[in-house]
Amino acid sequence: MTTVTRRKVLKSGAAVVGGMAGILATGRPPAFAQGTTVHWLRWNDFVPASDQLLRKELLPAAEKALGIKINFETVNGNDLQPRITSAIQSGSGPDIIMLFNNHPQIYSESVIDMSDLASSVSKAEDGYYDLCKSNTVDGQKFIALPWTIVGAMIAYRKSWFDEVGSPTFPDTWEKYREVGKKLKANGRPIGQTLGHTFGDAPTFSYPYLWSWGGSEIEKDGKTVNINKKEVIDSVKFMTAFWKEAHDEGGLAWDDTNNNRAFLSQTISATLNGASIYIEALRNPDKYITEKNAQLKTDIQHSPLPKGPAGQFAMHTFFSHVIPNYSKNQAGAKELLKWIHTKANYEPWFVSQKGFATPPTHAWEKHKLWDEDKVMAPFKVAGLLGQTPGYPLPSSGKKPAEVLTKYIITDMYAKAVQGMTAEDAVKWAEGELKKIYT
Amino acid sequence: MAIAETRVYLPQAPRPRLRLLEDERWLALVLLVPTLVLLGMFIAYPFVRGILLSVTNSRVGVPGEFVGLANFYKIFNDGIFRTSVYNTFVYTGVTTVFKLALGLWLAMLLNRNFRGKAFTRAFILLPFIIPTVLSTFAWKWMFDPTFSVLNWLLYHLGLITGRINWLGDPDLAMISIIIVNIWRGVPFFAISLLAGLQTISPELSEAAAIDGAKPWQRFWHITWPLLLPVTMVVVLFSVIQTFADFQIVYVMTGGGPANATHLFATYAYQIGIGTGLLSEGAAISLAMFPILFLVVIIQLLYIRRVEVR
Repeated sequence: MTTVTRRKVLKSGAAVVGGMAGILATGRPPAFAQGTTVHWLRWNDFVPASDQLLRKELLPAAEKALGIKINFETVNGNDLQPRITSAIQSGSGPDIIMLFNNHPQIYSESVIDMSDLASSVSKAEDGYYDLCKSNTVDGQKFIALPWTIVGAMIAYRKSWFDEVGSPTFPDTWEKYREVGKKLKANGRPIGQTLGHTFGDAPTFSYPYLWSWGGSEIEKDGKTVNINKKEVIDSVKFMTAFWKEAHDEGGLAWDDTNNNRAFLSQTISATLNGASIYIEALRNPDKYITEKNAQLKTDIQHSPLPKGPAGQFAMHTFFSHVIPNYSKNQAGAKELLKWIHTKANYEPWFVSQKGFATPPTHAWEKHKLWDEDKVMAPFKVAGLLGQTPGYPLPSSGKKPAEVLTKYIITDMYAKAVQGMTAEDAVKWAEGELKKIYT
Repeated sequence: MAIAETRVYLPQAPRPRLRLLEDERWLALVLLVPTLVLLGMFIAYPFVRGILLSVTNSRVGVPGEFVGLANFYKIFNDGIFRTSVYNTFVYTGVTTVFKLALGLWLAMLLNRNFRGKAFTRAFILLPFIIPTVLSTFAWKWMFDPTFSVLNWLLYHLGLITGRINWLGDPDLAMISIIIVNIWRGVPFFAISLLAGLQTISPELSEAAAIDGAKPWQRFWHITWPLLLPVTMVVVLFSVIQTFADFQIVYVMTGGGPANATHLFATYAYQIGIGTGLLSEGAAISLAMFPILFLVVIIQLLYIRRVEVR
């Protein structure tokens, strides 16, 4: 029998206290300590197979490789911001949090520097796209690690467009409106959200504004010059375009409504990631057209049309932050490092089937892009997108505030609801001035 | 004479601590402590913290500096805030009137004797029992712009020819959230008023009936005055709850379309939690306090007057 003496007890107690003192002095627990759990919060992926892959294969492999436990949690995309805000304010919560677009800028003081990790990923994969840096660099350092880009393209019904005399997708807003009129007359309107939702609403309203020559801020970062003829024209056009060609329920849509509407074949076109097409691919016999064909054979993708000032795009961008409060920063960083290695990221990327475009140039060469021509436009999504705050070189805190308040989207939504174009633009100007001046 | 030895057993003296509790004032204090701690933690602390936040320029993760009443000045010049104030009054006013009328009507019906009375009373409570978020999601589907079952029903009944844009039109969206709030709130009114009705002696009504009073007269001169104190308390609770409502609007419309259905709570949430401007969010939340406080004071004074009468 082992005898436990008082001396032994005191010795072991001193060791525990000494160890704790060391941990407290460095301000972080030892990496990969026995029982280290990294809590990873992400959205409910629009490609559910990818979440399954993470849960069943990739994360168990990561746990084994890194000697940590991973608590993987997914929530509705629109709930990520409330979660990070409450976590930061309470000083506890997930160790890694996914965020959209330029949202990390709002939390720049409360997240750790990711520059070392970003630099190694960028170096290994031929560099990040500009839009990744614009969204995640706070002027000096990476505050978030770019994860992926969900390209926003118009998914449309090829046969329905053919029927109204448009064998190719209209390349200007005027042509799109004309085609849309005919489609709506046939009971197949265009579907577009102008609601408060993170993806499809801003990825439509921002490029639309830019394509008419408008922007929320001038290049100097101080002058708000939205109240001008080009923007008023864009609002007037949108109001008429909405009534003539759109499903008017779109004012209340979130990012899922257009998927459901398209798959149930009540709309002919919608700006979206490729999730509609991917769902039709996964369940070919579930979605059958009125001509008894599989829906997947009748879907094509196109970038947004050109406006008087050119053709623009904004894609939904995803990144991960590690909040300051995390007691597992080292483990969290190692997990991100692990998942971003080619061998581990590739299966996830392949499971997305092109819905997600990786944030670096190296992946443009991946064979997945040659497998399905319908997905080809998404290959270069990272090259073509601008970020909120354009033409500013970096999408900082103020553009993030504009985005989270949905000012640009609401400017169009208000006009569509009946406000005059002049008043809607004036309202947006007032809101923007409160933020920028 | 032999003297018998007697032993006197004195009761053991109580410990000083217990003696202290025999004093009613101390006992009262001890009994109050848990309540005070709870109120302090969950009511006073957040309230004071809210006030402190509202006079700073704090953002998420940044404590901020004292800015006086700048946030209040900012929100009073904010068109969306003014819309939210207007919406909150309309939402509270309309729903309270309907909840009271329908709840009272339902309570009168449930106060009668009929087969399956107990089952019906339990069934009526369903909207109140189901978690609000769940039932509101069901309503959201019913008002869905594309797949609305209400539209389907109205269309097949031949009452409409096109789709009603329930949540996409600002006025209809407001009506939709009002309908859901009424649906959810009526059981609370009905059951509370039913409890009030059951305290009224049926003899009063019977006597009035013998004297020739008609049903409406019996209701107006007997039931209503006796039910008034209960009604006022129920209305008071409902007004407070509805004024600060969040869940229904957040789930149904998120304050949209284009901020047309925001209430105090949802707008404060959007600014404070969504955009991370905590101080402005706190200012919006606090702005409802004086209004609500005034409403509560008026109602409490009225209740006292009714009770004294």
